[in-house]
Amino acid sequence: MFGNTFILLSANADAGFLAALNQRLNLGDIIVTVIFFSLLMLLLKKFAWGPLMGVMNQRAELIANEIEAAENSRLESQKLLEEQRALLKEARDNAQSIVENARKQGETQREELIAAARAEVNRMKESATLEIATEREKAVAAVREEFVSLSILAASKVLGKEISEEDNRALIEETIVKAGEGR
Amino acid sequence: MNHDNPSFEFLGLSFNPSNILMLFVTCLVVFLIAFIATRNLQMKPTGMQNFMEWVMDFVKGIIKNNMDWKDGGRFHVLGITLIMFVFVANMLGLPFAIVWDHELWWKSPTADPVITLTLASMVVVLTHYYGVKQLGTKGYFKTYLQPMPFLAPLKVIEEFANTLTLGLRLYGNIFAGEILIGLLAGLGASSIFGLIGAAIPAIAWLGFSVFIGSIQAFIFVMLTMVYMSHKVSSDH
Repeated sequence: MFGNTFILLSANADAGFLAALNQRLNLGDIIVTVIFFSLLMLLLKKFAWGPLMGVMNQRAELIANEIEAAENSRLESQKLLEEQRALLKEARDNAQSIVENARKQGETQREELIAAARAEVNRMKESATLEIATEREKAVAAVREEFVSLSILAASKVLGKEISEEDNRALIEETIVKAGEGR
Repeated sequence: MNHDNPSFEFLGLSFNPSNILMLFVTCLVVFLIAFIATRNLQMKPTGMQNFMEWVMDFVKGIIKNNMDWKDGGRFHVLGITLIMFVFVANMLGLPFAIVWDHELWWKSPTADPVITLTLASMVVVLTHYYGVKQLGTKGYFKTYLQPMPFLAPLKVIEEFANTLTLGLRLYGNIFAGEILIGLLAGLGASSIFGLIGAAIPAIAWLGFSVFIGSIQAFIFVMLTMVYMSHKVSSDH
């Protein structure tokens, strides 16, 4: 079929050419093929490929966005982690310094307390000593007085006569003091 | 095996109604497949949508093998339509052929040289159109002088050779496949021994024809993109 057509092509290039060609070649089929194919392509572009490409592009965009978002959130979480780590370190340092301070404070307080207690003890000891001394003096004085009274009583019994207590008391006390000194 | 083709004349042009019928069936099948597959499109593709996306990516791969996506993106729709069309056309003639009144009605439309050469010519004309559009008239004619000016006549011949080989390769493969299927079917129908003898070769040849049909569809689209890239890319 084609060999003939080409012989025809070379031999017959005049006005009757197309008509003669039409006898051997279905020129109508050529037109129908082109029209059908173009129509198919246009329809498919409108109804099938267009929407499909749209969805595929949309998906590509979505994936790109998701990747970007993931990258961003990763960076953000890393930043937060760093922040938290810094905060934690700061808190730890703070706690350590607080503990240190407290210990120091406690120590000084203890020293103070000990010093105060010691001073108190000293003071109490001193006052006690003082008190003991006064008590003793008081006791000595009381004993002495009792002794004087007894002496007077005894003397008055011995002498058998009433002597003026006031006159003799001075005398006796003097005697006792002398006696005390003499002892 | 020698069937006549039906024909009629309209407006002084002769038509082969069998070709028209088969082209229409092909278009219908392709359209229905694509249309049904792209209903209910989802971000997470399922079923048929996966298949159509695979086809799209496949054609995209073919284009990217030959040129920049920047240049080639506009041929994506052409490529997908072409590969589906040629593949379905190749497959249509495989299951059976219908002969009515000694006239062959059901066959592969690509088993007719008029149709394959029309497709090939359409593709080549499109390459020239996009060549001029992309490079400008001056740049377009300059491509004929490269790599050497004295090779220009060969470049002109190449254009016609491309058209012929592109169309006739497809036609030859499919037509030969149909002839052999017809022969084997005739043998199988002749007698019980013929049926036994023809069964295994017929099945083998049908499988091979499916393979050839797919390969030819792929080659057709691939060569289309190769020719396009020769005309469109400035670095060639």
